[in-house]
Order: sequence, then C-alpha cells, then structure tokens
Amino acid sequence: MAGSLRFPVDPHRRTQLRALALVAPLVIYIGVTFIAPLGTMLTRSVYDPVVADVLPETLELLEHWDGRTLPSEAVFAAAAAEIKRAAAARSLGQVAGRVNRVQGGLRSAVTRTARELRDIEVGPWRESMTAIDSVWADPATWYAIQVTGERFTARHYANALDLQRLPDGSLAPQPVERRIYLKLFWRTLLVSTVITLLCLILGYPIAHLIARSPAGRANWLLILVLVPFWTSLLVRTTSWIVLLQTQGVLNDLLVAIGLVSDDGRVAMVYNMTGTIVAMTHVLLPFMVLPLYSVMRGIPPTYMDAAASLGATPVQAFLRVYWPQSLPGVGAGALLVFILAIGFYITPALVGGSDGQLISNMIAYHMQTSLNWGLAAALGGVLLVGVIVLYVVYERLVGVERMGLG
Amino acid sequence: MNYRFSPFFTTILAILFVVSCGTESSRSITAVSWGGSYGRAVNEGVNIPFMEETGINIQVEDYNGGLAQIRAQVEIGEIHWDVVDLEMAEAVRGCDEGLLEPIDVASLPDGPDGTPAAEDFVEGAMTECGAGSVFFSTVYAYNEESIPGTKPGTIADFFDLETFPGRRGMRRVPQVNLEFALIADGVPRDQVYAALDTPEGIDRAFAKLETIRDEVVWWEAGAQPPQMLADGEVVMSTAYNGRIFNAQVLEDQPFVIVWDGQLMGIGQFVVVAGTPRLEEAMEYLAFVTSAKSMAEIGRRISYSPARRSGMPLVSTHIEKGIDMEPHMPGSPANAAQALRFDWEWWADHQDEMNERFSAWLAR
Repeated sequence: MAGSLRFPVDPHRRTQLRALALVAPLVIYIGVTFIAPLGTMLTRSVYDPVVADVLPETLELLEHWDGRTLPSEAVFAAAAAEIKRAAAARSLGQVAGRVNRVQGGLRSAVTRTARELRDIEVGPWRESMTAIDSVWADPATWYAIQVTGERFTARHYANALDLQRLPDGSLAPQPVERRIYLKLFWRTLLVSTVITLLCLILGYPIAHLIARSPAGRANWLLILVLVPFWTSLLVRTTSWIVLLQTQGVLNDLLVAIGLVSDDGRVAMVYNMTGTIVAMTHVLLPFMVLPLYSVMRGIPPTYMDAAASLGATPVQAFLRVYWPQSLPGVGAGALLVFILAIGFYITPALVGGSDGQLISNMIAYHMQTSLNWGLAAALGGVLLVGVIVLYVVYERLVGVERMGLG
Repeated sequence: MNYRFSPFFTTILAILFVVSCGTESSRSITAVSWGGSYGRAVNEGVNIPFMEETGINIQVEDYNGGLAQIRAQVEIGEIHWDVVDLEMAEAVRGCDEGLLEPIDVASLPDGPDGTPAAEDFVEGAMTECGAGSVFFSTVYAYNEESIPGTKPGTIADFFDLETFPGRRGMRRVPQVNLEFALIADGVPRDQVYAALDTPEGIDRAFAKLETIRDEVVWWEAGAQPPQMLADGEVVMSTAYNGRIFNAQVLEDQPFVIVWDGQLMGIGQFVVVAGTPRLEEAMEYLAFVTSAKSMAEIGRRISYSPARRSGMPLVSTHIEKGIDMEPHMPGSPANAAQALRFDWEWWADHQDEMNERFSAWLAR
C-alpha cells in the first residue's frame, strides 16, 4: 500500500475503517430489512394513535365520565362535531374499524351516524345521535371509544392471550367460543417439536450415510437431498396433496393391496397428519445439512477404535459417535424448530380444519382483517416465546457448541 | 484495492435509472385483479381492446383480495396500483379509510340506449368509491358421477348426510357458510341476516355446521373446489359459480350447479387514492364499467354484468357459442333463488365471527 505512506494516518485505523466499510452494507441491510420492520411492528402492538388523534375532545371529556350512565350532552356535542370532521377528512373509517373490534356492530353504526349527521347543524346532539342509532344510548359504545382512544395500549396483547379488559379495568378470559390464540400457540409449539423430532429421526441416518459414503456417491446423495430443497415450496406442498388425498396415489395403493377397503380410505391430508408430513419433508434438508457437515468431521477410525476396545456397536454409537454429532443435532434442531414455528403456506394448503398454526392467524390479521396491532402482538408473543426457548436451549445444549459446518 | 465506483458501472446505473424513469412517464397504469380464469376474461375482453383504443398501456397484476397492499401503498405514499378489482366490503371500508378515490357516477358512460349510468347500474352496484363490475355467486356444485340416483337440489340437501353421504368442500371462512347453514336449517332466505343479528341465530348456524363438520374438507383458493370435485375428494362443494362453469364448459366436467340459496355479491372497480396516474385510471374505469365491457367479461366467464343494459349484450359464450343466460347468477330464474350477500353485516361482525369460527374449527 504505497498510498498510506503519504498520509500521517495510523495504518491500523485505516484497516479498521476499511473493515467497517466492508461490513457496512450488511449492517445497513440488516437494519433496513430486519431491525426497522421488527421495530415498527412491535411499536404497532402497543401504540395506536388513530382514535386519539381523531376524537381528542371527546376523549378528554370522557375522562370525567362515570362509565355507567350516559355521557353528558357536552360529550355528545364534541363527538358529533369530531365525527363530522373525521368523515369529511376520510379518517373516520379507521376509527370505526378500531371501535368495532372492541364492540362488534359499531363500524356500520359509526359510519351511518356520520352520514346522517351531515344534515344536522344544531343540537341537542344526544337526542339526534341516539335517534340515528340506539348504540349511542349504550354505555358500552362509549367504553369502546374510551378504550381505543388510549395511545399506548396493552389491549392487543390481552387479545393475543385470549383475555379481555372489563369496564372496571380488570382482565378476564374471553368468552369460551372466542378463545383461539393460546390454543394455537400451544399447537404451534407442539407441532414444531414433533416435526423437529421427526426430522431428526429421518435425517440422522441419511446424514450419516452421506458422511460415510465415498465422495462420488456422497455427491449424488447430497443432490437427492438438495433437489427438493431447491424445488418451490408450493410444488412440494401440492405434490403431497396429490399423494395423500383420499383419491390419491397412496390410498389407491392401499386399496389395491387390500389393506383398506374402498369406502374406508384414510384421510391423510387436510388435517394435522398432512401438515406434519408436508412440513417434515419441506424442513428435512435443514436438518440433514448441518448434521452432514458435522459428521463429515468425525473420523470413522474413532468407531473402529471403540470397537477394538470391546464396545458393542450400540455402545460405540452412544458413547463415541452421538456425543460428537451433538453440535450438528443442536444446530439442525434449532433451525428446523424456528422455521417450523413461523410456517404458514404449507399449513394453509394442507392443514384443513385442525392443521392451522398461529402464523395463519397472523397472516389473516395482516392481510384480511387489517388488525395490524393484533398481528404485531401475536408476533411479539411468538418472538418472546422463541427467545425464551432459545435461552433454555442454550442452557441445555450450549450454542457455542453448535456446528453449522 | 480501489474503492471508487468504476465509470463503467456508474454509467450502467445511470442508464438503468433513466430507463426506469422513462417507463414511468409514458402513459401506463397498473390494473390489479383476481387472476385465474376471471383475470383472463377481463384481460381478453377489456384490457386488450382498451390498450388498442387508447394507447394507454396496462400492466396487469394478480392478488388475492384484501386491502393490505393498498393501505401500505397509501400510507407510504408510493402508489403502484392504480385500478383494483375489490370485494364490496373492502371497497366500502377502503373508502371510509380514505384509501380510495371517490367516483362520480355521472362520469361513467351511459348505457347503449342512452340511459344515464346512475340508472343503468343495478341497485347497490355503485358505492361512493367503487363502480360495480359483475355479479358473482357462491353456490354449491356436485359431481354427477359421484352421486348416483337422486340428485341434490336444495341447500338443505348439502347438509343431508343420510341421503347424500360423502365429503363436502367448504371455504375455510365463516362467510357464506353461516348463511347456508341457516337456510338449510329452515330459516327463510330474507330473514337470514336478521337471524344472524341475534346470538341464538349464530348458535343455530354453528350447530347446523356441527352436523356435517366431520365430513367437510376446507378449501382456501377458488381453484380448489373444481379440482376436489374432479378428483372425487368431495361429492359436493361450495364454489364460485364461474369456476364451476369453466370446468363444465371448457373441461367437460360432469358438474352440476345448485342455484338454490346462491349467495350473490358484486365486485367493485376502485381507484387507489393519490395515484399520480389519476386521469388514465379514471379513463380505464369508465371503459371497464361500460355495458359492453361487462358483457365481454360475461361472454368469457359466467358472471353477470352489474348494469341492466349489459345482460342482453352477453348472448353466447365466445368460444363454445352456448347460451350464457342459464349459467348467469343474475338471470331471472337463478336470481329468484338468490340471497344478496350482506357485506355490511360482515363488515361489522367479521372479527368476532372469524375468531369464533377458528375456535370452532380448532376444537
């Protein structure tokens, strides 16, 4: 480096700066595509200024409301003025949607009220509004406005944990027919664990076989693992539908060899079985590859040495091979488990009624109900769950011992 | 190591930048629709003639419904989508939230006989920010080969496992299923939504669904029901009428549509608020909601025009030459058995119903 001689700059500093410049694209990339969206989503789960911005005066007056009787005429007047203004500015829809989530039916009531208020110039507002829709005579409506008017709110997290806040401020479980999220969280954990174990049971012998094969054959076997890995997720998932459906290949085979009768075809897809089978297949390479890379580093002579010292094959495997392959098991299991927790296309296609996972609900709230606050809260709960599991896992297995090859 | 940008790459970047700006400024809009056979019908029947007539280029994008992308684009202020084919509930909601441009019905073309657009559109087809496109229906259909002997003819038959054993396909959403369940349970068509307004009515609908629960295969995408019927995976399935029609006519599948209790909805063409290509978007909107365009769509897939003057223009299928009228949700015979989908009720109760439906499914 001739240039460095010309400037009185510390050469170490230059190297450091260069190193920084080299990692800068990565840092910026991670910041833009990972940290920033994560941050915005988590913010959304606790911060929601829409109602507070649109109905400031109403909310301020509601602070003095006792919560049981009808609010005063002043509250109605403020609400009427602010609803009119919001309708003209086209910001009422977002308010109506939020209030509706606390008290079903208010969306249309609020927008209808705005339409009818257009022609009303003078009070008394209480009479006119309760005449337009009887919901305004119900304290629950005002409570819903009050709740959604909080800028910083825990209601999305309460909702994500199947809880609701009662007007007296206490938390209570949702009515039984609306409790869904906790159940889905548990199911997601359970399914991910089962899939991780299945991948381990299926992937371990494959990885071992590849690691012990001569180079040429090992390449072919690796390609067999990688080709499905490179194939589109949708193609693989729909192929499982073709194979597993009641009129599908596998059932035809079972009927042909007389194992099941034609009327007794087995339902293997559009249920939990389908989800587990398809997801295990999709995630298997993520188990095989770390296992393979670790196993390749275990010299085969160790097993021979163990045998020559009198160990049975089972003993040699359990006491010599398995402990050395643990870093691969750790890495593969963590990869598969974390990917499984966030899966949603496969369960959506083959899951049927009982194969849905929490990520399907998150997708629903992102795309269909547009309840991004709740989607973010569900994602937040999932994130915390994964971090807790990771810490436990780190204590048990030790992340520094993981080998990704 | 040299950290300066090489002149070569800088030039390439500059050229790419200029080229990308260049395509922006020529007259071109993005029209977003549902894809599949319906998307193809819109493309062939409307988009291609529009491009030839006006010289405005149309970029077609497919999506699966919902306001999420529109909302994201409007919030960020980077509008890529100009005209979108939305469902009614979403069009009204998007309008309330300020995501869509208001549409003046007077700016839309008159009917061929000179009837003003406001009168030509079927009642309820125009909303503040949406212009009606076509009527589509959720019906149920069966595979004739899977059901020997007596054929089903009513919604009640769909829930009758004794007379018609076998698996049923239903869309994995509460919409339509709750309505069908109540009709099957004996609620008159015109009182379905009144019943759903009461907790007892909702319990009743779920109780009726419970009777066939173990036999239901749940579908997600509109392309699935014809597939499941053809494979014999189900003996009958709820489906969009256009999809079944396509399978019947273009693939010669032995499917039969049961029109009893068909649940009719109207599609809406909307313009995304704040699009920099407003003029072109409105020009396209006027073109696509003309009676002729609607009829051109109707000649390719069995969705009825949302204009009164559109229906007589449909006549026959463009390829097969068959009379379209018996296949249309809006034909007098079929419309007499229809229930209009109450999007307002669903806008109010979607969240609760979805939680309850998911909890019911997950049990």
